[in-house]
Amino acid sequence: MNVIELSWWQLALAALLVIALAACTFFARLGVGKSLLIAAARTAIQLALVGLVLEALFSVGSLHWVALMGIGMLLLAGREVVARQKYNLRGGWGFGIGTLSMFISAFAVTVLTLVAVISPTPWYTPQYAIPLLGMLLGNTMTGVSLSLDRLTESARRSRAVIENRLMLGETAQQALSEFRRDAMRAGLTPIINAMAAAGIVSLPGMMTGQILAGTSPALAVKYQILIMFTIAAGTGFGTFAAVALCARRLFDGRERLRLDRLRS
Amino acid sequence: MATLTLKSLAIGGLKSIDLQVAAGEIVCLSGASGSGKSRLLRAIADLDRHSGNVHLGDTSQSDVPGHSWRGMVMLVPAESAWWYDTVGEHFSEHPEETLQQLGLDADAFNWPVARLSSGEKQRLALARALARKPAALLLDEPTANLDKDSTERVESWLRDRIRQQQLPTIWVAHHEDQIARVADRHFHIVDNGIEEQEMTA
Repeated sequence: MNVIELSWWQLALAALLVIALAACTFFARLGVGKSLLIAAARTAIQLALVGLVLEALFSVGSLHWVALMGIGMLLLAGREVVARQKYNLRGGWGFGIGTLSMFISAFAVTVLTLVAVISPTPWYTPQYAIPLLGMLLGNTMTGVSLSLDRLTESARRSRAVIENRLMLGETAQQALSEFRRDAMRAGLTPIINAMAAAGIVSLPGMMTGQILAGTSPALAVKYQILIMFTIAAGTGFGTFAAVALCARRLFDGRERLRLDRLRS
Repeated sequence: MATLTLKSLAIGGLKSIDLQVAAGEIVCLSGASGSGKSRLLRAIADLDRHSGNVHLGDTSQSDVPGHSWRGMVMLVPAESAWWYDTVGEHFSEHPEETLQQLGLDADAFNWPVARLSSGEKQRLALARALARKPAALLLDEPTANLDKDSTERVESWLRDRIRQQQLPTIWVAHHEDQIARVADRHFHIVDNGIEEQEMTA
């Protein structure tokens, strides 16, 4: 397994492509040139920093540092969930619910996969633990934020329906049931689509990376299937928890719809 | 057969409302728009936070879960909402004689919700609420979208049901002539409270 070394000037060639694209969008007055360049710069800087952190982490390899890194990633993902919402629960509830549901799903599935499936020694070997957790968190975050966004938005938009159902004596969860189902579906659709299209429409990123790095395609495929399944489980359970918690928080103890708990 | 009792109820601009509505009695409530009629009904149905208490017979609002309370003390809003595709899906049983009494086609349970007029929606919303067998009624302008004939038909249907099932009823109404036709007592919202009006009839 030998990988062709990439040097920084070779990356600069790829960067020229992005700059050319930005120039084109500037002349076409699409107004996205600036954000494109900022995003490209962020990618370069963030990944370079993560590379440094991972190099250091791999050389230390102790459970404390791996756990600390994991918690840091979790909190950043929680912040990202909040940033992607149109309407958020007030008083830190949006962050709390997002982070908690990602913790119980993405963390649990990662640890389970490490201990029971891949079983490196020690089980927290950063080379396996960090990429696995990263992929799970990234996808769970998408599912959680999409489902929360759908749930809070439909609660706001469909206030008349929900309250009319309450007036007829339905429980809060009955009144919200259709919207809970929609929110779950919104959260799970990306991973279902990704699994259905994997290999036919797209070669998944991790598999591509492993093959580029010299792994045999047969092994890369096995890892990719493992990752797809764990992502599906993590996203599903995380979305489930987030929707259940948020649905409770939208009502108070008297089962009144409390839209004042949302801010835009 | 129970009395609906409001004890120093306060919500929004309204302060300390006391009112007793006997079983089968219709109390009409009027007031300028924005004076808080609908909010008062929402407080009685426990849909908004409020202070004070409401009793139905011996049962206090806080004795039972919110949904049980609203199943007994049923609010019919001025603008009803419909969430399934057809009318019939909103009903557990299909009492066709109710439709006739309200002047609706016997086929109305099969209608798609999208084709309902505002007047049809209003009558069907009343039928839907009463089909759930409430113990008290809160009606928010139940005939606002109806023409003269339908209004009188709905008034007499509601009056019959209320007498027959002995429902204490608070009925928000605008028109003096409607109040004269249906009310046993009439209150008007003045400043922060309600004031009993003399019945003209």
